[in-house]
Amino acid sequence: MTVSIQENPFDVGVELNKFSPKIPDVGAVVSFTGIVRSETEDPIDRLVIEHYPKMTERAIQEMIISAQKRWNIGDCLIIHRFGELFPSESIMMVAVQSRHRFEAFEAARFLMDYLKSRAPFWKKEFRGKKGRWVEGKAEDEAEFQKWNCK
Amino acid sequence: MNRIDVMYFAWVRERIGLPKESRFTEAATVNELVDELRGQGPEYVLAFSDLSSIRVAVDQELVNLESEISNGNEVAFFPLMTGG
Repeated sequence: MTVSIQENPFDVGVELNKFSPKIPDVGAVVSFTGIVRSETEDPIDRLVIEHYPKMTERAIQEMIISAQKRWNIGDCLIIHRFGELFPSESIMMVAVQSRHRFEAFEAARFLMDYLKSRAPFWKKEFRGKKGRWVEGKAEDEAEFQKWNCK
Repeated sequence: MNRIDVMYFAWVRERIGLPKESRFTEAATVNELVDELRGQGPEYVLAFSDLSSIRVAVDQELVNLESEISNGNEVAFFPLMTGG
């Protein structure tokens, strides 16, 4: 598996090419990219993401191990940025390899739901100098609960 | 007396006004530690005013408020997570 928690931007295309399967029994790669969104009616200037360095990488590795136990999937990739980001930049990506598409779609969704409610990242949106912490959503927790994890 | 490191993130950190502190404590659980911290001043009372919006990790593992703490633990308090 590859887990990268980084401040620098990344190129989704380059990362997906690097992640291309090295073994012949992989028949599917599913990926998801999270992007800094700025609503037209209430635009933001930038986003600052804080995280808990000692915990983040280990928590994400555990999520991947948990996905690999649930589904017959191969290699997994998760990249997540922290620090200052601007609208339309990529925040994070998940990619999963598997023999067939079903497992890869399911596992990618599981990893996203898991990461959203259990990985120690916090987003603060800035409009000018005014910052506002993004509130955790009950829906995100509900989506995660559907997987019946602890 | 146990010595523990306490860490704060996001708005918990901002309300308390510091990212980390070392404490000597008699608290045996996270709940008892929260009660003790609330006695430190209004900034702590504000930070811990709604525990349903706070998550806790002991030694980087998510736990609940009833969890026990012991000497040398790192206890972190933070809001619901908003990554992804």
